[in-house]
Amino acid sequence: MNAPQKPHGNKPGSRPLDLKNGRVDMSHGAGGRAMAQLIEDLFVGEFDNELLNREHDAAMFTLPPGRVVMSTDSFVISPLFFPGGNIGSLAVHGTVNDISMAGAKPYYLTAGFIIEEGFPLADLSQIVKSMAEAAKEAGVSIVTGDTKVVERGHGDGIFINTAGVGVVRDGIDICGDLAQPGDKVLVNGTLGDHGVAVMSKRENLSFTTAIESDSQSLGDLVSDMLEAVPDIHVLRDPTRGGLAATLNEIAHQSGVGIELIEDAIPVRPEVKSACELLGLDPLYVANEGKLIAICPSDKADELLTAMQAHPKGKDAAIVGEVLQDARCFVRMKTGLGGTRMVDWLAGEQLPRIC
Amino acid sequence: MCHAIPAKVIAFRDDDMADVELEGVMKEVSLALLDGVELGDYVILHVGYALARLDPEEAEKTLKLFAEMGEAAFAQGAVA
Amino acid sequence: MKYVEEFRDAELAKGLSVAINAEADPDRIYRFMEFCGGHTHALARYGVEDLLPGNVRMIHGPGCPVCVLPVGRVDEAVALATQHDVILCTYADLMRVPGTKYESLIKARSKGADVRMVYSTIDALKIAEDNPEREVVFFAIGFETTTPPTAVAIKQAQKLGLKNFTVYCNHVLTPAAMRAILGAHTPEGAPNVVLDGFVGPAHVSAVIGTQPYEEFTRDYKKPVVIAGFEPLDVMQSILQLIRQANDGRADVENEYARAVTPEGNVKAQALVDEVFDVRDAFSWRGLGSVPLSALKIRAEFSEFDAELRFRVDVPNPKENKLCECGPILRGEKNPVDCSLFGTSCTPDNPMGACMVSSEGACAAHWTYGRFRTELELELEDSA
Repeated sequence: MNAPQKPHGNKPGSRPLDLKNGRVDMSHGAGGRAMAQLIEDLFVGEFDNELLNREHDAAMFTLPPGRVVMSTDSFVISPLFFPGGNIGSLAVHGTVNDISMAGAKPYYLTAGFIIEEGFPLADLSQIVKSMAEAAKEAGVSIVTGDTKVVERGHGDGIFINTAGVGVVRDGIDICGDLAQPGDKVLVNGTLGDHGVAVMSKRENLSFTTAIESDSQSLGDLVSDMLEAVPDIHVLRDPTRGGLAATLNEIAHQSGVGIELIEDAIPVRPEVKSACELLGLDPLYVANEGKLIAICPSDKADELLTAMQAHPKGKDAAIVGEVLQDARCFVRMKTGLGGTRMVDWLAGEQLPRIC
Repeated sequence: MCHAIPAKVIAFRDDDMADVELEGVMKEVSLALLDGVELGDYVILHVGYALARLDPEEAEKTLKLFAEMGEAAFAQGAVA
Repeated sequence: MKYVEEFRDAELAKGLSVAINAEADPDRIYRFMEFCGGHTHALARYGVEDLLPGNVRMIHGPGCPVCVLPVGRVDEAVALATQHDVILCTYADLMRVPGTKYESLIKARSKGADVRMVYSTIDALKIAEDNPEREVVFFAIGFETTTPPTAVAIKQAQKLGLKNFTVYCNHVLTPAAMRAILGAHTPEGAPNVVLDGFVGPAHVSAVIGTQPYEEFTRDYKKPVVIAGFEPLDVMQSILQLIRQANDGRADVENEYARAVTPEGNVKAQALVDEVFDVRDAFSWRGLGSVPLSALKIRAEFSEFDAELRFRVDVPNPKENKLCECGPILRGEKNPVDCSLFGTSCTPDNPMGACMVSSEGACAAHWTYGRFRTELELELEDSA
């Protein structure tokens, strides 16, 4: 399709990367030949795009007309591999989604790696492959990056940072402070899947479930949603802190209250029961492939239909509405018929024993 | 400190341990505090131990009681 | 989820709400104490109080073992973690409880102490087995529900011949606390808390049975209805308490018959009795020193007693003078009566235990109940 690809693989006088049994060592971060080989064979080899293949320190590109959106996120998840994904796929989905939540189409990503000495190359290779797949599915390219290696004991295996750019076309205005009383609140699917999937793998938890992380890129879903309803007021992805934290943020930014209907919130039965066993509330559990949309009430049904028509929104639901409330409380009508608050969470959600 | 949840016993393991299931989620718990548990029994779990066996007949009776209380109140013309 | 969701059914809740509203005498106020923190949490989480008439008041009791743990014991646990090279295993609820000078286990961990959250004593035993060269201390708290698992752990440690496993024992007893509440009087002889009955704990009762509560119906003439954990259980129990109050009766009734038998879990009771003995007295946050209210490890198992193995240096225990956890735990005050509530004391920066534990009255009100306006609460209190 374009300029001839630079050959990857063995340079004369060097040994190929031992992806099966090899480990990252300090030379891989030192800026010398070992590092160049790691970058070329592994990163450039997998991410493989025109901009990256030129191997400049910086990537140069032009963007289509519109307002430019930039976002960054760092990923420190433990464990690195979990049902439904790994730190790599998460790193791509996370930043792609942040860009999409501004109503922007994402184009390019950076990827910075901080790797602990001794980290298995097999794991690194798997992570990088996952990033490449995730980028391809999301229609973005990883065009520049950085690699550092830290001494053993000074890093948790691997940390990844991704930053991304995208473009918002004219006519779209989405921001956390634009929710209006009367607006409806929608989600694109079941809540709590990611957090429970990750917790099921961590130490101290010894149960087996069929729950997988919902980690996925939402750019294509958002695109369909904006086609159907261009005047969506707010989009946000409920990651750490779950639906509760995100709605509280929005309520405060917009100076409104929000009321949820417990029975309308989609939660998988296995996630419900895992939360019961752990004493967790699904409203506070992290999601990595979900979004909240807030739109004018007369457009809610149309938006719901558009979401449900997309595979990443098939379980979408209207879960609440925005109210006039100077205290900016988020509350919920419980399944029982009473009402409770859905407050910010203090600290990490420590599972109840009581 | 009472957080406890009923789950079904689906398999026995060594050392007084057992697998229980709660709607598709399986967990290994200790039966050290209960005697005579059988497969299919529901047990009340607390901090990794089964504390009591749930009596299905009593559970039914209790649910019926809730319904009767409500019906009687409505029948007397009470308004919510 | 079987045996869970049926007991949260909205239609049945409506029916019970109607029944309660119909039977509550409009000319009187009913004050029932739900002893167990789990019930406090259930009431708040489902908004049950919205379905009760205004003259039925639920008073939150001290049945939250995190909340009643005195500051000095928290300090000792923190000291164990920081002054000795132990692996301190704890239930999650204890991580953020503030001790003197607001030191907590989670803060100790951030300074390098090896504090690990466990779901079960089984996890703690495994840590001890996997780390034979380290001392492992399990921070044991809880009422009678949580004590049998600790007993099993100690016996298991003995069976395995573990030399590096000890327990820091803070298990407490429900009837003693109920007695302390009912017995507390002003100098003029009036009861500190006016109560018309108790919603009895669910799983404590599954272990101890129904018989221990007869003391309260007989000697104090207060009805006790043992309630299951789900909101419908609590509502049914409130209905039964209203009936008893109206009839002038004081009986022990068992609404949680699906899990509670009159004799309770005899095997668990025997295990507890084998491993633990009753302390002469134990200091409770809010209740002060209560005789025969807590457990210690028997001499035969002294090698598993952290208090015998380790010496710790602790400051004079100090609580914030303005903290109203005491009166709140005794049911004498509401969270909003505390001047620290919502100002310096929030879940992000808890000053007292009632705000840390999700079952503490303050945390429950903050997290679930704060949307009711201050005005509504004023109206309630003046009625």
